[in-house]
Amino acid sequence: VKARLFAPLAGFVLLAIMLGIGLRLNPREVPSPFVGKPAPAFSLPQLHRPGEHLAPADLKGKVWVLNVWASWCVACRAEHPLLVELSRSAKVPLYGLNYKDDSRNALEWLLRFGDPYTASVSDTSGRVGIDYGVYGVPETFVIDKAGVVRLKHIGPLTPEVWARDLEPLIQRLGG
Amino acid sequence: MATRLRRWRWRFGVALLAPWWWFAAGTACAAAEAQPTAADPALEARVNALSAELRCLVCQNQSLADSHADLAIDLKNQVREQLKAGRSDRQVIDYMTDRYGDFVLYRPPVKATTLLLWVGPALLLLCGGALLWRMLGARARTSAPYFPFGATRSSAGLAELLEPTPDETPTVSERVERHGSDAIIVDAYQPSAPRNGRTAPITLD
Repeated sequence: VKARLFAPLAGFVLLAIMLGIGLRLNPREVPSPFVGKPAPAFSLPQLHRPGEHLAPADLKGKVWVLNVWASWCVACRAEHPLLVELSRSAKVPLYGLNYKDDSRNALEWLLRFGDPYTASVSDTSGRVGIDYGVYGVPETFVIDKAGVVRLKHIGPLTPEVWARDLEPLIQRLGG
Repeated sequence: MATRLRRWRWRFGVALLAPWWWFAAGTACAAAEAQPTAADPALEARVNALSAELRCLVCQNQSLADSHADLAIDLKNQVREQLKAGRSDRQVIDYMTDRYGDFVLYRPPVKATTLLLWVGPALLLLCGGALLWRMLGARARTSAPYFPFGATRSSAGLAELLEPTPDETPTVSERVERHGSDAIIVDAYQPSAPRNGRTAPITLD
């Protein structure tokens, strides 16, 4: 009889726990199939020097961060001061993938807010973005010395995310 | 009076027609929007069928076919391009899952991680069914049916619920006084053991 009495309570507690876990999950976070796989190859013109191309293969042997950004992207503005600050401390080379943007707008944006990138490449058509599974700008990838993607962060970087996820990983990778 | 009535009738007619106007205007807009660009309707049908299976990453509750997000349009163009180049549906789906994971599929593959998703509903149904079976069985075994078999007995039970037990059995005239002349008076059959020590006829309103 006692067990029967407590069954609804037990059910409620179980449901509350499940819903509590559900609330903490982020349904917009698509698990990336790239983590642990080689960064997709591309060869794109650099934003500042359109005559010169850059490819991930050129960066082999370095730990580097690829940041997908655009001048039309509001959230990119939010993370931008952090990127500028990080580039000053020169912890890790930061490369930009200028996604579906107009080069003039992009250059003006960097001029106005500062350019944290070692180099940015122009993905005007968005094809490379698709190859990297980009669906919400800004996105940030950490790529190791062997050219393997180690982490993907969707949405603006914050100091907390940097300190919690990216910095320790980059140190571990020897960047 | 007649003109007033006519005016009202006219207003009523307009009110009735208004939704149809909205509807007609809406379909006109939709028709203007959906221009089939296809030179090749067979290809376009394949593109649409395939993009209905793929989730838009930006507005995650829409398929690529439904979405007008920039990325969805790009991805749909990818689908079209690749199908045009002679790739199979399977290859296009692999292309998408390579980049966005199983998340892009509205029909995720059966794997260890998606097993609960696939068998979960059936499992819940089974559990619910078993529980119902047990409860019904237990009820049939232990308690008497809530509504007894005879109409007289059931009305007696009902009346008991509705009516506070009278200290003294009211007379017919008292009952009519209390319930009005419409009161239905049922002389209920009393089972052998009288309840509450009373053997009186029972009223049912």
